[in-house]
Amino acid sequence: MTRVWSWVALAVGVVYFALPLIGTVEFSLRKRRGEYSLDAYREVLGDPRFQETFAYSVVMALVTIAFGILLVVPTAYWVRLKLPRLRPVVEFITLLPLVIPAIVIVFGYIRLFNTSSILPLTGSARGTDLLLMFGYATLALPYMYRAVDTGLRTIDVATLTEAAQSLGAGWVTILGRLILPNVLVAVLSGAFLTFAIVIGEFTMAALLNRPAFGPYMQLLGANKAYEPAALAVIAFAITWACMGLIQLATRLQRHTRAQRR
Amino acid sequence: MPFLDLVSLQKSFGQLRVVKDFSLGIEKGEFISLLGPSGCGKTTVLRMVAGFETPSAGTIRIDGRDVTGLRPNQRNIGMVFQAYALFPNLTVAENVAFGLKVKGADRAEREARVAEMLRLIGLPDLGGRYPFQLSGGQQQRVALARALAPKPRVLLLDEPLSALDAKVRVSLRNQIREIQRDLGITTIFVTHDQEEALSISDRVVVMNGGIAEQAGAPFEIYNRPATRFVAEFVGTLNLLPAEVEDAAAGRVTVAGAPVALGRPVPPGRVTLALRPEAIHLGPVGDGAAALPGRIDDVHFLGSVIRIQASVGDRRILLDTFNRPGLPPPSPGTETRFSFNPADVLVLEG
Ligand SMILES: Nc1ncnc2c1ncn2[C@@H]1O[C@H](COP(=O)(O)OP(=O)(O)O)[C@@H](O)[C@H]1O
Ligand SMILES: [Mg+2]
Repeated sequence: MTRVWSWVALAVGVVYFALPLIGTVEFSLRKRRGEYSLDAYREVLGDPRFQETFAYSVVMALVTIAFGILLVVPTAYWVRLKLPRLRPVVEFITLLPLVIPAIVIVFGYIRLFNTSSILPLTGSARGTDLLLMFGYATLALPYMYRAVDTGLRTIDVATLTEAAQSLGAGWVTILGRLILPNVLVAVLSGAFLTFAIVIGEFTMAALLNRPAFGPYMQLLGANKAYEPAALAVIAFAITWACMGLIQLATRLQRHTRAQRR
Repeated sequence: MPFLDLVSLQKSFGQLRVVKDFSLGIEKGEFISLLGPSGCGKTTVLRMVAGFETPSAGTIRIDGRDVTGLRPNQRNIGMVFQAYALFPNLTVAENVAFGLKVKGADRAEREARVAEMLRLIGLPDLGGRYPFQLSGGQQQRVALARALAPKPRVLLLDEPLSALDAKVRVSLRNQIREIQRDLGITTIFVTHDQEEALSISDRVVVMNGGIAEQAGAPFEIYNRPATRFVAEFVGTLNLLPAEVEDAAAGRVTVAGAPVALGRPVPPGRVTLALRPEAIHLGPVGDGAAALPGRIDDVHFLGSVIRIQASVGDRRILLDTFNRPGLPPPSPGTETRFSFNPADVLVLEG
């Protein structure tokens, strides 16, 4: 009897998730009347606006990831090593972006850093990019921090640090040669999640008026019929590729068995 | 002046005084064990030497230089941890090379030293393995090699054998001692296992409640314990309560039998303490004291025969050597146990 119900549950899941996807794929192939074709994809991929916004968002994602790693790895490490009692507090802070809407964050940014403020970041494109990157980093913070903190749990941070110190290592060496390599899988999964978030993000990029991929998707969706479907499939494929890469990274780690002890 | 000089070290965690006035001078090349029950502050002393804890008071000098304020990575001290603490992302060779790399040794020098170290610990072919591919004993030997590779001035080991099984423990402790002697490196070895401490140390420091109760050669600690704690903690002791008849002359009675100790004892009640090997079966020569008793059980261990017996209402243990011509007594035998009064430790109360 329970078997029957698990099959029912599975079927419902497949219908719920797969059917819209199949529908979208099917629709995206119908641009040419009367036959299936990749015309919509050709159109999208050939659009210079697509290429520009996508390249912009990829670069932003990479910068955000780099910034996130530099911010989160030392912080999570330091909290575990020196301030274990503050861990719940820090964890709570990193979760805040989940409950504060992006629109609130970005309006706060605009108020604080507008052209008549002390630090007029919105006055230049580069400054606005920087602001946007901080915004993305904030959005990705909950995922990044959790991933890294979980990674740190698999190693004995305190003892490994002391072992390295007794061998003469300073903080930079410890973080770079010891902590980061040992949480690399966790960092990578955080990085791919960040990538997926940044690629799809709309609110911040739109309000800061930067040429990102999210607003482009929205614009296309409002003006065309088949292309948005093709674009959705492409975006979906990118997200899944990120997930796949997380899996791959986990497998490639040579010493993971040691980490799990 | 001692090579490693610990002067009046103290450490408190909040209200808790963990180390109270600990002083110890260690000569160059000496192998010292800190022995004591769990929680007595051994690790804390070691961590102060390593620089991981700052003493609440006191001074640490190495080779005449005050290092109390130096950070751990400036002290050039090798440390081996109970949990091995090998870097899981690095191979054995990279682990051993870590300290050399930090110091800026060039590649050729590093490789030569790593090979030398791996040969020293008897694992010359395992340089390419990752820590998780090694047994516990192998991991701890790699940890030793890693600590020794940068030629530290002092080697600290915090219960390095506790996580290993009995056989490996004995062979590895001997190997550690051999390597230590070869290199002539000044070493502090922390353990709660008295056999470990007694078997490999130049000197043993018995700690209790944050102080050093006694420091001395294993022979001295075992045979001339300075305090009741040391006497009871190190080795097995048979404790026999005695009534003092004549304190000045050292005459007491044990289980109704008179014993002449031949030296003054405190008045009132005392406890006579005897090592298992100091008690003999049957009467021995002149001057020996003898107590009546009964054999309860006999354990034949090979070269040694361990006998459980009773004197009055007290259970005692005695060890005799196996002698092929002399079968051990059978349980239930009434006999006399004798001992040399000079072997008796008199404990107050
Ligand atoms: N960082 C610390 N904070 C608070 N108490 C500690 C700390 N380190 C050790 N202690 C306490 O100090 C005492 C001695 O610890 P330790 O030196 O580890 O003993 P040992 O190594 O002899 O077992 C223990 O009661 C322990 O709980
Ligand atoms: Mg300890």
